[in-house]
Amino acid sequence: MSDTVPQAIVIGASAGALQALSALLPLLPADYPLPILIVVHIRPDRDSVLAHLFQSKCAIRVREADDKEPIQPGTVYFAPPDYHLLVEQDHTLSLSSEEPVFFSRPSIDVLFESAADAYGEALTGIVLTGANEDGAAGLKTIVDAGGTAIVQEPQGAYATAMPEAAIARCPQAKIMTIEDISAHLLDLGRNHPGRNSRS
Amino acid sequence: MSEEPVSGGLLSERVEDIEIHLLLEGLYRRYHYDFRNYAQASIKRRLRQAREQLGYRSISDLQHDVLHDPDMLPRLLSYLTVQVSEVFRDPSYFKAIREKVIPHLRTYPSLRIWIAGCSTGEELYSFVILFREEGLEQRTLFYATDINQDALAKAEAGIYDLERFKLFTENHRKSGGKSSLSDYYTAAYGKGAFDKSLRNRVVFSDHSLVTDAVFAEMHLISCRNVLIYFDRPLQDRAVGLFKDSLARKGFLGLGSKESLRFSEHAGSFSELAPGDKIYQRLDR
Ligand SMILES: C[S@@+](CC[C@H](N)C(=O)[O-])C[C@H]1O[C@@H](n2cnc3c(N)ncnc32)[C@H](O)[C@@H]1O
Repeated sequence: MSDTVPQAIVIGASAGALQALSALLPLLPADYPLPILIVVHIRPDRDSVLAHLFQSKCAIRVREADDKEPIQPGTVYFAPPDYHLLVEQDHTLSLSSEEPVFFSRPSIDVLFESAADAYGEALTGIVLTGANEDGAAGLKTIVDAGGTAIVQEPQGAYATAMPEAAIARCPQAKIMTIEDISAHLLDLGRNHPGRNSRS
Repeated sequence: MSEEPVSGGLLSERVEDIEIHLLLEGLYRRYHYDFRNYAQASIKRRLRQAREQLGYRSISDLQHDVLHDPDMLPRLLSYLTVQVSEVFRDPSYFKAIREKVIPHLRTYPSLRIWIAGCSTGEELYSFVILFREEGLEQRTLFYATDINQDALAKAEAGIYDLERFKLFTENHRKSGGKSSLSDYYTAAYGKGAFDKSLRNRVVFSDHSLVTDAVFAEMHLISCRNVLIYFDRPLQDRAVGLFKDSLARKGFLGLGSKESLRFSEHAGSFSELAPGDKIYQRLDR
C-alpha cells in the first residue's frame, strides 16, 4: 500500500444493509478522523429514516447529506432517499435527481465514481451485502484512481450478488468479513494523523 | 514555481478535466448556454455518458462536432440538463402550498406565478390543477420556463406515458386534491393527455436562471430541483433573481433538498413552511 493519508471512506449496501452497518458504525469513536459517505438502497418514498436510526446508536456524528455542504471529518453522511449523492472536487457534497442507476437512486456507483475523482488514492471504498450489481463499476473506478477496495465476504453477507459482482469486476479488492472490516476502519482511524486535531 | 509531480493516472484525469472545462467554455461562447458554474461532479458524469453513448473517443472530439454542427446541440443538452419530474412530486409540498400559500394569494385580484425550470411540464400541470381546484386559475397567469427547448415542447404538449398516471393520481390525492385527476386528462394509445384548457393561462418560455434577467413581478415562484445542479455562487445568483422578481410578501418554493440556509439572500426571506421549503419574501 502507498503511504497516502486516507481522506475518506465510501460505503455501499443494499439488501441486509441495516444489519451490516449496525456491525460497523456503532463501533466508531466520536473523534473518528475520517468522513464516511454511505449509499443504502431504500425505497424512494421512505422518509429519511437511516440517519435518525443510526444517530441514536452511534458515537460518531450521523447525518443525512445536504446539498453543497462541506464534508467534515468524524461524520457519517447518508444519501437522502430518491437523490444521488456526489462528491465535488472541493470536497463538498452535491445531490442530484438524475435517472436511477440499476433502478436505484441513490446509486452506489454514482457516489463511488465521483468520490474517486475527488479523492484519488486517498479513498477507501467498501461494498457490503446486496442483491444487485450496483457498486461494482464504482469500486473499479476507485481502484483505477489508486484507492483501496474492500468487499464483504459473500458467504457472510445477507445477500451475495452485490459483493460477488464487485469481486468479479474488481479482483484486486480485499475480501473481508464484517468483523475484519470494522477492525480495519478502526485502524484507519487510529493511524490517522488528523486524529485529535479535528475542528 | 515548482511543478507538482503527477502520476499517469492523475495526468489522464486532468486531461479530462481540461476537456470538460474547454467544452463548457465553448458551449457558452458559441451558443450562450452557460454550464460553467454548474456542480461539476454531475456534469462530468453526464458528459462521460454523452461521450460514450454518442460514440466519441474523447470529450474533445465531442466538442469539435458540437462547435461545428448546431444540430448536435440539442443532443448534448439532453445530457447536460436533467429531465426528471412528476405530477404533484412531493405531495406534502403541494399540500403546504394549498394550505399555507393559497389563503394569502386569494387576497389578490390578479396573480402571476412562475415555474422556473419546469422541465417537461409535470410541475406546471400540478399548479394549474391546484389553482383550478382552489378557484384561482382564472385570475392567474402561469409562466413556465426552462432552458431545454425539447422539454418545453413536451410541456406544451402535456402528453405522458399512461403508466405514470397511477403515481400522478396517488400524488394528487396525497396533496389534498379536491377532484379526481382523471377529470383533467384523456387516455388513449398508452398515453395520457392533459386537457388543453389547462394551458389557457400559461405562457411557455425559454429562460435561463444563469444568463437571463427578471421578466415580470411574481406572487409565487416555484423552482424545484434546479438549484442542486448549480454551485453555491450560481445558486446565489438564481435566488437573487427570484428575490428581485418577487412582489412584497411573495412566495418562493424550492425542492425538498434545497434551502436558503446558506444563501446570501437568506435574510430577505422568512420560512413559511420550513419542512416543505416554502419561503416568503420579507417587506424590506
Ligand atoms: C430535475 S428538472 C426539475 C423539474 C421540476 N421542477 C421538478 O422538480 O419536478 C431540472 C430542470 O432544470 C432545467 N434547468 C437547468 N438549468 C437551467 C437554467 N439555467 N435555467 C432554467 N432552467 C434550467 C433543466 O432543463 C430541467 O428541465
